[in-house]
Amino acid sequence: MVTEKENNQITKQANTNSTRRAFLKNSGLTVGGIAIGATFGGLLGNLRGGEVQTEQTPPPVAEVANPNVALMFFTPDEYQTTNAAVERIFPEGENGPGAMELNAAIYIDHQLASQWGVNAKDYRLGPFYKPEPTQGEQIKLLRQDLFRLGLKRLDNYSNENYERQFLDLEAGEQDDVLAAFEEGKAGSISGVSTTEFFKLLRQLTLEGVYADPMYGGNKEMLGWEMRKYPGTRMGYINEIQKKDFVELEPNSLQSHMGHS
Amino acid sequence: MATKLPKEPVVVIGMGWAGGIIASELTKAGIKVVGLERGKERKMSDYLMVHDELRFQHREELMQDLSKETVTHRNNSKMRALPMRQYGTFIVGDGLGGAGSHWNGQTYRFLPYDFEIKTMTEERYGKNKIKADYPLQDWGITYDELEPYYDTFEKMSGISGETVELYGHRSNPYPTKPMLKTPVLEEFEKAAKKLGYKPYMMPSANLSENYENPDGIARAACQYCAYCENFGCEYGAKADPVVTVLPVAQETGNLDLRTHANVTRILNDGTKATGVIYVDALTGEEFEQPAEVVVVASYVFNNARLLLNSGLGKPYNPADGTGVIGKNYCYQVSSGYSTLFYNDREFNLYAGAGALGIEIPEFTGDNFDHANENFIHGAGIRSTQYGNRPIANNNVPIGTPSWGKEFKEQSIKYTNSILQVKSQGASMPHRQNYIDLDPTYKDAYGMPLLRITYDYTEQDKALVKYMAKVTRSIAEEMGPDHIDTVGEQAPFNVNVDTNTHNTGGVIMGAEPETSAINSYQQMWDAENVFVVGASAFPHNSCFNPTGTLGALSYRAAEGIETYLKQGGSLV
Ligand SMILES: Cc1cc2nc3c(=O)[nH]c(=O)nc-3n(C[C@H](O)[C@H](O)[C@H](O)COP(=O)(O)OP(=O)(O)OC[C@H]3O[C@@H](n4cnc5c(N)ncnc54)[C@H](O)[C@@H]3O)c2cc1C
Ligand code: SF4
Repeated sequence: MVTEKENNQITKQANTNSTRRAFLKNSGLTVGGIAIGATFGGLLGNLRGGEVQTEQTPPPVAEVANPNVALMFFTPDEYQTTNAAVERIFPEGENGPGAMELNAAIYIDHQLASQWGVNAKDYRLGPFYKPEPTQGEQIKLLRQDLFRLGLKRLDNYSNENYERQFLDLEAGEQDDVLAAFEEGKAGSISGVSTTEFFKLLRQLTLEGVYADPMYGGNKEMLGWEMRKYPGTRMGYINEIQKKDFVELEPNSLQSHMGHS
Repeated sequence: MATKLPKEPVVVIGMGWAGGIIASELTKAGIKVVGLERGKERKMSDYLMVHDELRFQHREELMQDLSKETVTHRNNSKMRALPMRQYGTFIVGDGLGGAGSHWNGQTYRFLPYDFEIKTMTEERYGKNKIKADYPLQDWGITYDELEPYYDTFEKMSGISGETVELYGHRSNPYPTKPMLKTPVLEEFEKAAKKLGYKPYMMPSANLSENYENPDGIARAACQYCAYCENFGCEYGAKADPVVTVLPVAQETGNLDLRTHANVTRILNDGTKATGVIYVDALTGEEFEQPAEVVVVASYVFNNARLLLNSGLGKPYNPADGTGVIGKNYCYQVSSGYSTLFYNDREFNLYAGAGALGIEIPEFTGDNFDHANENFIHGAGIRSTQYGNRPIANNNVPIGTPSWGKEFKEQSIKYTNSILQVKSQGASMPHRQNYIDLDPTYKDAYGMPLLRITYDYTEQDKALVKYMAKVTRSIAEEMGPDHIDTVGEQAPFNVNVDTNTHNTGGVIMGAEPETSAINSYQQMWDAENVFVVGASAFPHNSCFNPTGTLGALSYRAAEGIETYLKQGGSLV
């Protein structure tokens, strides 16, 4: 058993150049003297958004406690797979962090748990017929279920073609799997084309890196910072008249609290 | 059993621009009005938390709840129509203010040509220019007759703009000066002028300066906050029924406003309405509200649907072109555009306003020669600065993958280095484009949904191709590093197209055989029913619709007042 106290010894290192693979490959990592599996280690590592430290030395950086970073929908395994997938959609690079570090998977978890995840504002009455390409989706599955089954299909397809789980594939292999999903060539998800799952994954990834941080993604507004997007201000009447680009620090919606 | 309420002089269905204007004009004249709105209450201070792209733009917080009702669509009558299960294309307003709360505020007048389009096209190009399957018709009113009502609407909402020579005569200049001409818009302006065009600032309901209207409503100037289209305005700078006509109506004490009141049917004896049935959307309780006059102001879709579900007016029959309810459903075409990519220039694209734009008039209406073209009418060629929000704006050059490393690099690289020259094209009616009741799908109250049978026509495709070339020539003159031009009109796709300008279905005209309402928006077949909104347009012009439906709403209010005094047909 890994106890709460032991968990805390896996610490975040601020601003390290950690990559997704650095911790995913960290199999057999040792926590509090107990060897644990790669999946679990990866999960814990990413919950803190960075590299996993395996030594028993005291944490070099204080723990960042963000209560929003926890799961309300995914199982830990599903979360891991989602993390790997969103990072391929929006990878870390010279221009900044990838979707994994930005907590896009946390965002997706929260969205799927919300009323949007159960299509509360969609038209849901039958009958459901197969649409022409111009008629929009006619999917009976709820988004929640489509996503969950889609993750399962990612693993099954990876196993069929590479004899490994999606998470254990090399980045290039993961790209190939996702491309097959995008093209609808990776089988079916309870009758739904894998393209639909891919569209959902892509949309949610972009939302997860660029939506207001109150939704759980866009960690520390780093998604906005990357594209010099200021988030929100009460107005830009001065900036809009300037010929040169005016770069502003990002502000989240929280800055509007207390205006009433 | 519905609870029967005491009879009232006027009941208005829907509290958007159309319903709000009617309510304000009638209550000011001392007439008691019951306003029924299916959605929730709204006020300006609610908008303090709207700078949330996800919630308002991508989760459509302010829009109609599709779990309660939607439309079905098919491209032609051989297809089976299927419900629009989630938003993709047009979005529909809901709640106090309707779509007037989250519109952009681009507020145009239509052209004199629009109102007499059939006559003028035949005069200039001969009788064969309009093919037989395009039921184009005059509106039963001229621009000059409607001009005073445009003037009233513009003064009430405080439109910011500049007079355009090529457009219809104005009795007064715009009440407020044009919006700021930003460096972004100057890029378009310079190029357009070099090509000999006369660019003008888009007429805007986002106030360019503080303004007090004739009703005594004072509103603050726009702050270019960039959360405009899809959002409510926390300053009240954007004209919205919630900050203009509705408080005026409420102030009189003559407006009995009921929210969460979803009207399902108009009661009638075939020649006159006696009232309406509505359901409390929260409790499910049903009420009957008797009234002397019923005003249908529930947007294009429900205007037609309520009449059809109530057996009012003769349904349109596409087989022989007879009947009127559901006829001449139109849209708009905006698939001709150019995207400009700059490698080493950055613009302040995070800033903007919903009606901040610049446009040229030379390709609108009949302002250019169509003798050798396979289409009539035209498009506004324009460049806008709404404020590019990050989830919605990830433009990359054509050919770039839509995800992965390269997508990320390119979309971030061009985030602040991308401009567009766009076109908004007119939409002509076609005999096979119409709306009626869906035979299969129902709303949450058990009433049939509206079915849209619609696809782009040969006229649309020719127009788009032509306008794409115009956008290209201006884009080239602007001199970016790379230009992508799109000029093919694909089939109408309910999940892809993004234009909120649906029109027609309950059209106005001079004769009862070819139109549903007269120029006071009074039904030919039921003199105490007035159907107000863009549903009245016999075709759609190349401008945003609200200025025109606002003007027609003022005229309708005048008609209703007269009708309450003397009864009978107003024309
Ligand atoms: C995002 C967006 C941007 C836009 N930008 C522009 C623009 O820049 N310029 C422009 O000219 N136009 C624009 N439009 C269009 C413009 O908003 C509409 O033309 C205008 O608001 C229509 O006014 P209306 O009163 O006819 O309908 P609405 O504003 O839709 O009001 C109808 C009301 O009726 C209610 N209702 C419907 N059915 C029932 C029922 N059965 N019982 C009770 N109530 C009912 C609805 O809830 C709604 O409140 C935009 C629209 C959108 C969605
Ligand atoms: S851009 Fe201007 S009009 Fe639009 S919401 Fe912001 S302040 Fe209001």
